[in-house]
Amino acid sequence: MSAMTDDAAGFEPDAGLVPSEATIARREMVRQLLRSKTFVLGNLIVAFWVFWAVTGSRLTPYDPLEQTADILVSPNSTFWFGTDQFGRDIFSRVLAGATATLTVAPLATALAIVCGTAIGLVTGYFRGVVDETISRILDAVLALPLIVIAVTVLTALGSSNATLIAVIGLVFTPPVARTVRATVLGERQLDYIQAAQLRGERAPYIMFVEILPNIMGPIVVEATVRLGYAIFAIAGLTFLGFGVQPPSPDWSLQISENYTLLTAGTYWWTVLFAGLAIATLVIGVNFIADALQHVVDE
Amino acid sequence: MSEALVQEVAAPYALELEDVDVVYRVRGTDRQVIRGVTLNVERGEAYGLVGESGCGKSTVALAIVNYLPRNGRVRSGAIRIAGRDAMSLSGSELRKLRSSAVSMVYQNPGAALNPSIRVGRQVAEVFRVGGSSDPEATDRAREALERVQLADPGSVMRRYPHQLSGGMQQRVVIAMALATDPALLILDEPTTGLDATVEAEVLDLVAGLQAELRTAVLFISHNLGIIGKMCDRVGVLYAGSLVEEGETDTILTDPRHPYTVGLLRCVPRGGVRKDHGRLDTIPGFMPNLGEELPGCVFAGRCSLAVDRCRTEAPEPHVLPRSHTSRCHFHDKAQSLPRELAADIALVPVDRNADPLLRFDGLGKVFKQQSHAVQALVEVSGAIWPGETLGLVGESGSGKTTLARTLLGLVAPTSGVVELDERELAPTLKGRTPEDMRALQIVFQNPDSALNRRHSVRKILRRSLKKLAGTTGSAADARTLELMSSVRLAERYVSAQPGQLSGGLKQRVAIARAFAGEPQLVVCDEPTSALDVSVQAAILNLLVELQAERQVSYLFISHDLGVVRYISDRIAVLYLGRVMEVGPAEVVFDGPHHPYTEALLSAVPTVDGGGRERVRLVGEIPSAAEPPSGCVFHTRCPRRVGAICDEVEPPLLEVEREHQMRCHIPVEELRSLQAKRTAPA
Repeated sequence: MSAMTDDAAGFEPDAGLVPSEATIARREMVRQLLRSKTFVLGNLIVAFWVFWAVTGSRLTPYDPLEQTADILVSPNSTFWFGTDQFGRDIFSRVLAGATATLTVAPLATALAIVCGTAIGLVTGYFRGVVDETISRILDAVLALPLIVIAVTVLTALGSSNATLIAVIGLVFTPPVARTVRATVLGERQLDYIQAAQLRGERAPYIMFVEILPNIMGPIVVEATVRLGYAIFAIAGLTFLGFGVQPPSPDWSLQISENYTLLTAGTYWWTVLFAGLAIATLVIGVNFIADALQHVVDE
Repeated sequence: MSEALVQEVAAPYALELEDVDVVYRVRGTDRQVIRGVTLNVERGEAYGLVGESGCGKSTVALAIVNYLPRNGRVRSGAIRIAGRDAMSLSGSELRKLRSSAVSMVYQNPGAALNPSIRVGRQVAEVFRVGGSSDPEATDRAREALERVQLADPGSVMRRYPHQLSGGMQQRVVIAMALATDPALLILDEPTTGLDATVEAEVLDLVAGLQAELRTAVLFISHNLGIIGKMCDRVGVLYAGSLVEEGETDTILTDPRHPYTVGLLRCVPRGGVRKDHGRLDTIPGFMPNLGEELPGCVFAGRCSLAVDRCRTEAPEPHVLPRSHTSRCHFHDKAQSLPRELAADIALVPVDRNADPLLRFDGLGKVFKQQSHAVQALVEVSGAIWPGETLGLVGESGSGKTTLARTLLGLVAPTSGVVELDERELAPTLKGRTPEDMRALQIVFQNPDSALNRRHSVRKILRRSLKKLAGTTGSAADARTLELMSSVRLAERYVSAQPGQLSGGLKQRVAIARAFAGEPQLVVCDEPTSALDVSVQAAILNLLVELQAERQVSYLFISHDLGVVRYISDRIAVLYLGRVMEVGPAEVVFDGPHHPYTEALLSAVPTVDGGGRERVRLVGEIPSAAEPPSGCVFHTRCPRRVGAICDEVEPPLLEVEREHQMRCHIPVEELRSLQAKRTAPA
């Protein structure tokens, strides 16, 4: 009866809170991700490498930086992956080699995501001249081959992990900015932006408090995709001698130190396992990216 | 197989549904969405299926053509199209049946057409699949487009879908749907996205074709007026159950189910206005998807319900004239107590006082690549305190541009806006917080208007801070006050918009607009995304707020019944120009501008009949190249001669407070229009 009187007063009657669509959607998203084989497998692979990146040489069977056996021993029951030209255990080196890549790549990606998101928000929100100007500059950067810029800057500033992070982060900023800008343009059409303007909100508030939470999905996907590329970029630069510097057991470094042995034949294990390590990590990251993309798109 | 053929010839029905249950499998459990629906559509008959959103209308349509989403299935019952069991067919047989016996037209024609294929090829494709050679298919495509009365089909065929207007797109889709002479045509809200005048034309077309081709039509709509106009029989669907069925006239005039009775009462009609009557509402909400309902599906919202209704599901009661009602008390349905909001006292508008808002000579030109689009031309007017100015016109007439210009979201190219005799800066940048507080808006679509990541509390507190300067614990108190003033229960305060129904979301949006005690609120089609029963509650709320606070509204709507209900004065816009403005009853009762006359007659009403259709030829011209002279002359049914083509009539006061832009003297219009409405 009381519900009736409420209604007479025009009250929207009691429906019970509709089971939160947002919560259901989020839960459903997690459920979908967990059901996705690629997502689970990708995470297992990445978690494996993150574990070794964190523990480094502490848990490896041998010290990855010291000679522990004869040189160039082929894989056997003691040295599973064999030893390299300095008699170091390659199995230990492959495990410990995750550290450099998994430090530089995520930090470079984070830098690119932060800068790219900020630029994407500004260009997408203001449009017009601001957008035109910044977008043309980004296009110009995108037009230059990544390796050329990176090699030039690294040669000029000298190679260190910090410069590597900065260079890769900045080179990856334009593509992130582009993706974010496109998403912001879609979001910009929605009326809540006008509602915010009509109560006198300033642009930074609208960009970071109103828009940003709504575009986190695509940004997370972009971050995972970029992480995969960043690992490749670091591997390439390191191989060329502009990235991670010796004596790190970094995978690419291992390949670049040993690939001449391949031409001599027979010493395939000095290169193969490091190469496989890079491949599995990139594939793992891309599995996660694919699964996220799939779920966010739905 | 031969038996099936014999059946097909003999089957009297184009469509038979027999006790159909449809379930969706959600997280391991079956949720029932269609509950034992039985209906038959005879050959050549137009059958209307009406109900509010979420009642299962579209699911019925999808089940018929076997297009249910992957987690949906017909659990029991039979579906026969032209006598053939649609559920037992194999993939290829089903495809054949779909391509020849049944066609479907959806709400959004833009999505039904392939954007990258020219219209001609798309339509011809239907015939090619049917076995025609290329040139033959092209010829038949041209004929098909002629049949749906597209002017110049040759040029239409060469264009891409996005180069056609919504009305033209829907004609193309209908042409494709009818290409194979189907036994059954399913129309799912075919005109919902279209303007009233275009809608009227498309409906005329469908009615004409249906009579000519004797195609059976299943017409799905939430709009009782359209169903009333188009259909021979109608079924009312509620929570997946067909609660009432019968001849259209019977259902509309003598409903025997409380839901139908309530639904019919919600629609503002018959010239009801806010100052002499509140709108009926239907309390409560439709049951959730798949809810177990042992008794009558409507019992939870029915004020006639007794214990029996909650425990025992009513069987369809057969009434005279093949009218059935699933109600234990069908004979008492019409005595359903009225759900009326409390009476309120509206303060009469004093137009001798200074207006709240005045706009003078507003013009807006949008520059597009090579040409300029004149969205507003010399628009002047005023809104007094406590007054509602209704703004009507087809899409592209400049309604929204005018609203955005007044709010300062876009700068006018010329003209001024004055608030309380004070000139306002052209854009928000130059306006003071005080100006922003005074002018607020309620948008059409609350999903778009509310940030889906912010809670109700955050949304309202932020507006209170920016518009009223209220923060801290005072803001908490004010948030609850605001929620109570829009009749929103306190427990929704930490909900996010996604957790709320459409009506509740719109209440949040209204609360936000009222956070700073605004003087004028622009309502941009605030109820067009809502169901009629929710619409009635929102309109009641807006009127209550107006009575309490003397707030003024600029109310934009394409629903003339709604505009008439809520407006004190009405302005009619066409191609960015005010064609007519005056008190609501004068604009509605006439003499009206020929354009207003056409708009009014385009609307199908529940009451039916009344006005004879004034047909508008074609669609609204491009604002980039407006016609010479009177901009309406290209479509005007009362065009008097060369003067209309050459000289633009001024907006003149034809009666007290009634202005019009027409060369025809008002007295002549009055007698012309009186002749038409008088009974023949």
